Amino acid sequence: MAENSSNSSYWSANLRIIFISLIIWAIVPFGFGILLRPMFSGVMIGGADLGFWVAQQGSILVFLALIFFYAWRMNKLDAEHGVDEE
Amino acid sequence: MDQFTINLLFVGASFALYIGIAIWARAGSTSEFYAAGRGVHPVTNGMATAADWMSAASFISMAGLIAFTGYDNSSFLMGWTGGYVLLALLLAPYLRKFGKFTVSEFIGDRFYSQTARMVAVICLIVASTTYVIGQMTGVGVAFGRFLEVSNTTGLLIGACVVFAYAVFGGMKGVTYTQVAQYVVLIMAYTIPAIFISLQLTGNPIPALGLFGDHAASGEPLLAKLDQIVRELGFNEYTAHHADTFNMVLFTLSLMIGTAGLPHVIMRFFTVPKVSDARWSAGWALVFIALLYLTAPAVGAMARLNITEQFWPNGTSGEAVSVEQIETDSAYDWMATWKKTGLLDWEDKNGDGKIQYYNDANAEMQAKAAEKGWTGNELTKFNRDILVLANPEIANLPSWVIGLVAAGGLAAALSTAAGLLLAISSAVSHDLIKGAINPNISEKGELMSARVAMAVAIAVATYLGLNPPGFAAQTVALAFGLAAASIFPALMMGIFSTKINNVGAVAGMVAGLSVTLVYIFLHKGWFFVPGTNSFSDADPLLGTVKSTSFGAIGAAINFAVAYLVAGMTKKTPQHIVDLVESVRVPRGAAAAQDH
Repeated sequence: MAENSSNSSYWSANLRIIFISLIIWAIVPFGFGILLRPMFSGVMIGGADLGFWVAQQGSILVFLALIFFYAWRMNKLDAEHGVDEE
Repeated sequence: MDQFTINLLFVGASFALYIGIAIWARAGSTSEFYAAGRGVHPVTNGMATAADWMSAASFISMAGLIAFTGYDNSSFLMGWTGGYVLLALLLAPYLRKFGKFTVSEFIGDRFYSQTARMVAVICLIVASTTYVIGQMTGVGVAFGRFLEVSNTTGLLIGACVVFAYAVFGGMKGVTYTQVAQYVVLIMAYTIPAIFISLQLTGNPIPALGLFGDHAASGEPLLAKLDQIVRELGFNEYTAHHADTFNMVLFTLSLMIGTAGLPHVIMRFFTVPKVSDARWSAGWALVFIALLYLTAPAVGAMARLNITEQFWPNGTSGEAVSVEQIETDSAYDWMATWKKTGLLDWEDKNGDGKIQYYNDANAEMQAKAAEKGWTGNELTKFNRDILVLANPEIANLPSWVIGLVAAGGLAAALSTAAGLLLAISSAVSHDLIKGAINPNISEKGELMSARVAMAVAIAVATYLGLNPPGFAAQTVALAFGLAAASIFPALMMGIFSTKINNVGAVAGMVAGLSVTLVYIFLHKGWFFVPGTNSFSDADPLLGTVKSTSFGAIGAAINFAVAYLVAGMTKKTPQHIVDLVESVRVPRGAAAAQDH
């Protein structure tokens, strides 16, 4: 039973990390890249505004950071909860 | 040596390399054929996934679509990379832990239902076949150009090459071949971009050059581009003109679809450990990002170069003369591409010059009337030719043009091979071995896999002759179908124990059929031209184009699955236990035995 409760706290910790990551995943392209673009039209990045940069390049960099963060965080979480692969 | 010989040399040498590797690492057993014995390192796997994933749509088609539309087509960039986040966070580690060969096996076991497995197989086949049609469009463009034949002949030759190539090996052969293909395609994409970025901005990194200054005018490159396209009556490059709702939906569809494509998901079955599956998705995106960060620069710079070629004296000066196009070697690319039937121009007003402008713009119509122009004289510029024609337009050395030829073919071939593998494994492993004839011999299974490949490529070639759109647009439809059918089933299978067999089947059937009908209503039934009742210019539902419907299809899938599961019998305990075990990495090693 001890293992079960550890598994469920492992799983809820995982869900929390996923949830936070997905909020960032959604806000950057859809928010800054599309919907909120007019709000930041004054912030210029080399001949275009922030939203244009986010839509064409910034989002991709954020996605990369998110995946590597998740892999690092989860591999650490696996070890903390003793569910990592031997 | 002329350009044709150089192209053949580059294409021939790269093919010899791939086939050599495929023979060297040829698949022996069924298990090797599907999943390469699970011995692939995450970085290697990431590189192979990138090659597998970046198809004719990414390599040949995408930058062209961005070049002629600008910001509005950023959806391709965000959508096709954002899906990797979903894959890494929501699917890859769990599917690897589950430890079977195919996506439909997971769905069949998790939803304890042979019907669910068969429905998943059908979803996979529908999405993958649509995807192959898009690839064949790109293959036609590439082969047409490099063999200097018409688009149709190029397509037929290309289909034979793709088939011969895909039959050679299973995933093991394909994995190492695809590493080689990745190297060829990324060099082919970035080297010309570096040359062009140096020419235009002095910056050797195209991704930075895009946001740098235009060397000739001293203005920021994007500001310069906005200005000259505006002067010709086109939409400003960096401005937002598209319908916002449709753009959001389209981006979301591409993201969800990426995470639902069988040939990409299958890659994550081939890494040794669950933790590797997480890293693997990240490495795949690193290698993909190298191309995707360059693509917007390729698009913008090509648009600038093309416009300046047609208006060598500036947009307010005289247009390029027909005589110059015919005699000046800087315009040779126009004659070469005219042969493929994908580029054309016509001196409508007979003034000996070719005026390229937006003749649908009222202001430009007034200006044209004043100057005696009678319409845009660059009558045809297929978006799919842009990337391949780009080095010729920029007058780069002939070896660069040869390299791009090899890269374009590598992109189209690697993905077509990966998709054919996914289709063939769905048919032979899931459909025939899983349902029709469970006692089939290993040999018979391999044989049926190859027959399935042949049928799939024949269908795709036939439909590729009259494609429903440019390569990237057809591929976007495939993503919509994957988004509406596979992704929701996989995600619910892992994250909810409530979804039962009936719910999952109902969800997949509803998502796939509604999306498929919506696409057929706009693109023609079974993509047969002329049988459509609506068009994407004036879609059935408000501003939702058929390419964007996948996200709605996915929502329908989720909703139907929850509703139906709530009304039917609960998931049995052994399945709940299975889901619990998939959620933790420990014990994954044991799952490797078959």
